[in-house]
Parts: sequence; structure tokens; C-alpha cells
Amino acid sequence: MSSTATKDHPQLAAIFNRDEPRVDWHDETLWWVRAKRDIAAHKLPEWELLRETASQIKNNVLSNLSTYLEQFEANAINNGIIVHWAANAEEHNKIIYTLLEKRGISRMVKSKSMLTEECHLNEYLLKQGIDVIDSDLGERIVQLAGEPPSHIVLPCIHKKKEEIGDIFHEHLGSAKGESDPKILTETARQHLREVFLTRRAALTGVNFAIAETGEFVICTNEGNADMGAHLAEIHIASMGIEKIIPERKHLGVFLRLLTRSATGQPITTYSSHFSKPQDGKEIHVVIVDNGRSIQLGREDFRNSLKCIRCGACMNTCPVYRKSGGHSYHTAVAGPIGSILAPNLDMEKYADLPFASTLCGSCSNVCPVKIDIHDQLYKWRQVIVKAGYTPKAKTLAMKGMAFTLSSPMIYRAAGKMGRFTFKYAPFAVNNGANPWYKHREMPKAPEQSFGEWYAKRKENKK
Amino acid sequence: MKVALFVPCYVDQFYPQAAVATLELLEKLGCEVHYPKNQTCCGQPMANSGYEHLTGGCNNLFIDNFAGYDYIVCPSGSCTLHIKEHLHSHENEDKAIEIRKRIFELTEFLVDILQVKSLKASFPYKVGMHQSCHGLRGLRISQMTELVAPPFSKPAQLLGLVKGLELVPLSRADDCCGFGGTFCVVEEAVSSKMGKDRVDDHIEHGAQYITSADLSCLMHLEGILRRQNSSVKVIHVAEILNHSI
Ligand code: SF4
Repeated sequence: MSSTATKDHPQLAAIFNRDEPRVDWHDETLWWVRAKRDIAAHKLPEWELLRETASQIKNNVLSNLSTYLEQFEANAINNGIIVHWAANAEEHNKIIYTLLEKRGISRMVKSKSMLTEECHLNEYLLKQGIDVIDSDLGERIVQLAGEPPSHIVLPCIHKKKEEIGDIFHEHLGSAKGESDPKILTETARQHLREVFLTRRAALTGVNFAIAETGEFVICTNEGNADMGAHLAEIHIASMGIEKIIPERKHLGVFLRLLTRSATGQPITTYSSHFSKPQDGKEIHVVIVDNGRSIQLGREDFRNSLKCIRCGACMNTCPVYRKSGGHSYHTAVAGPIGSILAPNLDMEKYADLPFASTLCGSCSNVCPVKIDIHDQLYKWRQVIVKAGYTPKAKTLAMKGMAFTLSSPMIYRAAGKMGRFTFKYAPFAVNNGANPWYKHREMPKAPEQSFGEWYAKRKENKK
Repeated sequence: MKVALFVPCYVDQFYPQAAVATLELLEKLGCEVHYPKNQTCCGQPMANSGYEHLTGGCNNLFIDNFAGYDYIVCPSGSCTLHIKEHLHSHENEDKAIEIRKRIFELTEFLVDILQVKSLKASFPYKVGMHQSCHGLRGLRISQMTELVAPPFSKPAQLLGLVKGLELVPLSRADDCCGFGGTFCVVEEAVSSKMGKDRVDDHIEHGAQYITSADLSCLMHLEGILRRQNSSVKVIHVAEILNHSI
């Protein structure tokens, strides 16, 4: 990761694009998921109504967040769950470390949680001598490869099966050159089974926390959250403050939307509800803010907190598909990541809101109707005003604004521009012109429309 | 009906023939068309780059040029959308609001306002239609494939009136071409890859021409086609609708 830390999206995307067949493969794989999503959505005539309902429920949640959180806490405590609050990533990581340390636990199994990625929990625990095994197959693969996930629901979508075979050969002892997905999955299964049986602590994420009942729901396709949580003596669930929904009946809306948007499945294979610990065991919930309440306070950006992490906006995003998840250099990549990340660190992620053509497809697939592309536009304004843009760009923009504000200067510059294009192509057609690297410049016509129109008027007189 | 023609800066400078076609087409359909001669640009290149605060001069100039017409018609979905969503003025907000309501992209104007049902146009070629994103998802001149809703397309409806024209289907009906304003130079690697793929989709389906209601996308696709020495050409939808043989 350190090599990517100093590079911005255009640079990382350009590196990804050096291998064009890989870009094609990545693009087609994700487009295939998008197409499955379309088929699933079109099977439900009430799809748009569902999206609207989900969006309204989330609006209500964001407007009454503290009330619902307190209600959830009270009901969870009543159920025998132990609730912790963390203001930021450090607090979150410390709470978890303390829980493990107190019990002398040095190995933990984890089911996929983007929040722990955001908080860099694995690295933190490793430094304290605690070993964390990610139990979601995709997560486990990237973990073995020493990489962060490149997608929130398909964490190793950037890896081909041959590459996974190599990783398994190196770390799990599968045969060299083995790339049959069935055999590789079985290898992972055996390996993870041993992990589940021997870990005393399990950490999971939270997809939905229900204020009314104090229970929480985790959605997985592999059942790994269940396996981990049921076998361990302590189950720790990390949740962002925005994961709340008011009532149990609302769950149906979200569960119907979540996987259809994510992979085109009608429902996740396992939707596991946790409401009280088994005898002799403990359930802990860590409720994490980590910048979310700041985002809640930014009027233009608050509804980015409605996100249910389905990944649909990534699958449909042509820029994501053609630049790869790691080019976003943040835990949550793609369009949604690009509107969440600047809230955490505007300078570090100043490039991300510009990593979009503003095509708007993301906003239209989003099951909770987040106006993602409008927020990208708005972040650009905020970032420029905050001064996180290259000076050369600001100068160019000032020059442009000056030229375009005056019809006379505009006409003169237009003549010059077309003249340059036509008679001195080398002035623009060189390597320093990023347009010309892959494209021809437009042919300059004899006259502008304005000039043609003036002559036509003359002739008509 | 007094119609003002808004010709965006890059159309004015590089694709005057599309503006000529727009003007002639509107006149054929009985509009009294005016071209306010001091117009320059909608300000979108600055605004989309994060410099909306520098667009004040452009905005006021736009208002000076375009206030007071029944309609403003523009052969570019993207510029139309920018005006519709972002034209403001400290001095003349009333006029800005009025303009935002009265500006139309050409094909939506032809379908929704003029309600064109027939055209004397012919264009006997295989044509691929590139749905430019701002026209599509911003102005909703066609239905988006992401939504579960009945399909329609204003530009396709008009192209359907053109004799001899065969619209070719595409594998990805409304994928973005990767132009994206300054995106095309800031992210040249991704932008050009997106453009290449968009062009391939049209070529694989046998298109001889690629058309669109947005020349900015076409300028980008044309650059790629010409680099590949392709025989496929780009053409603005107005040029087709105004074309007769
Ligand atoms: S922003 Fe919307 S589409 Fe993207 S991951 Fe979140 S819920 Fe899904």
C-alpha cells in the first residue's frame, strides 16, 4: 500500500491501464455483475418504489440519528448485549484490543467488515501481537496477498483465478498451477474450518441495526459470520452510527434491495440476526462515529450516510471498471468512496471527486437514491475553495474565465486557436498534450459559426 | 415563436456545421431564429472543474444575450444541462430563473415543444447513437437503462423519421464515452480507454456513423476514430435531421 499512498487516482489508473487485456477483463467482469443487477431489478415492477421507500426511511434515520441510536443501545443492553461507543478509529481499535487482551486472546477470526478496513484494525492488532484471519473467501485472498480489498462486496474482483491459485499454493499448500475454482474453494474451506474451530473471538460487521428491538443483522453469502460468531466465546460487532434502521419491518425493504443491487441475487444466502448472547458467551457492539457526524453536519453531503454498501455504484461506474479499485487509494473505492473519503481527509483525497465523468449512472443504480454525482460536483467546488488544487490548473481556469467573459477576447482567441490548430499542429500535437497522446485533435474549420452567421446576415441584406 | 440559438463555444469554433444544421432545421420547422452574437460559453468547463465561483462573468454575459426569448435552443445536452442547473446571477436572478426554464436541448425541443411528427430528411446509412450522459441522465432525453421504467428516446424517435436510416443496436446502450470535460485530459488513460471501448461497440455492430446530441462526446470519439484511421465518422444529430439526398 505504501507505494500507492503518494500517487493520485490519474497516476494509479494510468498504471492499471498499461495492461489493456486486464482492463478489458476487469471491465467485463463488473459489467456482467451490473447486467445481473439489471435483470434482478427488472423482475420487480415495484423496484423504483422500493428505492424511494428505502431512501425515505434513511432520511428519517439521519434526521433522528441520536434518538434511534439511544433506543438501539437501551434495547441491546436489555437483551444482554454490551455496547461501546467509539469516536474515531483509534478508539474503535483500542476497545477491541482491550476486549481481547483481557481474555488473553491472541487470534481472532473476522467476517467482512469495511469499517474495520476504514479503521485499519488488522494492522493495528498485528502490531499488538494479535493475529486476525479474514474469513470471507475474497477477503482472505487479498489478505494472503498482502493487499487491501479493491471492492466493497467483491474484494478480490481484480484477481484472476490463476493468480489466486499461486497465492494458495504459496500460503495454503495447494498444488502448483492449480486454478480450478472448485478445488481452490475447497482448499480455502478446509483452511478456514480449522480457523473457525480454534478461534475464541470473532469480529463481524453490521449491515442493519434495529432500534426497535436492539438486534443487528449481518448478511453473508458464505455463512462465515455465523460460523465465527457461534463458535467463539466472544462476538464483537463493529458498526458505523449510520447502520441504524428504526423498526424490524423496515428490514424487508433493505434486504430486498441489497443483494439485487449488489450481485443480482434475490436475497443474501445468510441474513443472520443477533439479539442476545448464548449462555456463557458475550456479544459486544462497538458503535463508531469516525467522521460520520461531521459528514452529517455537511448539508450537501449528509445523505452519503444512507449508503448500505451494496457496491452497485462501483459495478456501473465506467471509471471504476477501467481504473480498478486500488486506484482510489481508500478503503471504500468507487463513486461512493469518492464522496466519503474527502470528509475524512480532504487533502489526501482531493483527487477522488475528480475521478469521474459525472455520467450519473451511480446515482441511478443506488438503491437508497444517493445523489452521488451531484455530490461529486459539489466536492469539487469545496476542494478548490479549500485550495487543494494544482496552481497551474487555477491559473488556466482564471485565464479561461477571463476569455469567456468577453465576447471580443473570445472571438480573437478563437481565431488564434483555430489558426494554431491548422498551421502549427506541432504546437499542440506533441507528447505534452494529454489529449493528443491517444486522440487526434479536432480539425479546425475555415470559419466559426459566428463568422458564418455574420456573413449570412450580410448576404441577406 | 422567437427562438434564440445558443451555440456552445467549442461547437462555434470546431463544429460550425452542426450549428448551421440546427439553425436551418429550426427555420424549416417554422421558428424565427435569432443568434445573439455576443454569446461565448455556458461556463461548464470551469464549473465542472470546481471553479463555479469563477463563472459569474460568463453567467451575466449569458443572461445579457439570452433574456427575453420564448425559447433558447442548444445543440448540446451537456451545456443545456449546465445552464438549467447552474445559471445564477447576483444582479439578475429573476432573469436567470426564466432562462433556466426556457432553455432546451435540440431534440427535446423538437419532440416536446414543436412536437415534430414528420421530417423531410434522408440519411441512408447505418448509424449508432451515442447517448451522451448529460442529455440522458441529466435532461432525461431518453430512458436510462438503470431505471425500471418504460423505455423512450427523443433522439431515436426523431432519427426514426429519417428515410433510409438504420439505427444499429449496441451491446451497452448507454455506457459513458469517457469525455467528461477536463476529465479527458486529467485522466487521459482512463478517458481514452473508455472512448476506445465506446467506439468498438459501435464498430462491432456495423455503424458507419456515430451520432449524438452532444458534440463534446463526438469530438472525443472522433479523435479516437481518426487516430485509428477508421472509416467510421461522427455526425451531430442535427446534421442528420437536416440532411436530404
Ligand atoms: S452509494 Fe448506493 S449504490 Fe453505492 S454502495 Fe452505497 S448504497 Fe450501494
